[in-house]
Amino acid sequence: MAKVKADASRALPLAGFHGGSSTVRLEAAPPVERISLRASADDVPALSRALGLDLPMKPKTSATAKGRMALWLGPDEWLVIDDGKGGLMQAAASSGVTHSAADVSHRNTAILVSGPGAVRAINAGCPQDLSLAAFPVGACSRTVLAKVEIVLLRTGEDAFRVEVWRSFSDYAFGLLAEGAQDAAL
Amino acid sequence: MLLIHCPYCEEDRSELEFRWAGEAHIARPENIAAITDEEFAEYFFLRNNEKGLTYERWRHIHGCGRFFNAARDTVSDRFLMTYKAGLPKQSIPAAEEATAVAEEKTVETWEAVEGDAR
Repeated sequence: MAKVKADASRALPLAGFHGGSSTVRLEAAPPVERISLRASADDVPALSRALGLDLPMKPKTSATAKGRMALWLGPDEWLVIDDGKGGLMQAAASSGVTHSAADVSHRNTAILVSGPGAVRAINAGCPQDLSLAAFPVGACSRTVLAKVEIVLLRTGEDAFRVEVWRSFSDYAFGLLAEGAQDAAL
Repeated sequence: MLLIHCPYCEEDRSELEFRWAGEAHIARPENIAAITDEEFAEYFFLRNNEKGLTYERWRHIHGCGRFFNAARDTVSDRFLMTYKAGLPKQSIPAAEEATAVAEEKTVETWEAVEGDAR
């Protein structure tokens, strides 16, 4: 049997991708831990305590605390992202209440879109209103980017995080690169 | 592009995020093993396919993922109202009246306007 090398590392699906234009910067986000969390409203306070952040209850909102983010996807569904030490599954399990948590760390990958043309680049494939009034900093939503489903999070006035399934990431990156070109015209 | 109001996201979203899910307010019979084949066929296969005001289930599949109900005009394709799943059928007086008027009018058939009967 081949010996597993001690320094083996996992390659991100978008490793080595780069793109953008004079007004948009596209980059692959570093790896993070993610869980898809579902629970009823009664169990949310206990889960919030266990995870160390308040799970948002209003549509299109997110919460951030200590390297963790919780994104509202539906009335009983959240995407929780941890870019620190991890341990989301254990934290959710320690809540002691009924819930469903699935580790989707490697199902998704993320593309960071930033720059003054970021909104136009994303709107090349996403029909949502991304004006600051309708989609302020911290707003998030599951939506579509052309033919693939994404979860969009606004991290700054000119910065977005696009969470996409890994097998679609090549397509999403290519489409955003095209959008970035158009945004710079 | 149609904008559809999702009652769970509480805002208008593009039709691209939604999927149609059949006629609404069809209750599953409680005694499903006891009903006749005809009654089962009525419940399982037969749909009204109404012209004008119709009640449908829709799903915000690329958004919050929730099923909800919509009142839609099949002639104009307009969404008249959307409401959460589980709520009773909502009445829309103006649309019901328009449908009733349309039904009263003589249907324009090929025989009447083009065929020998003319």
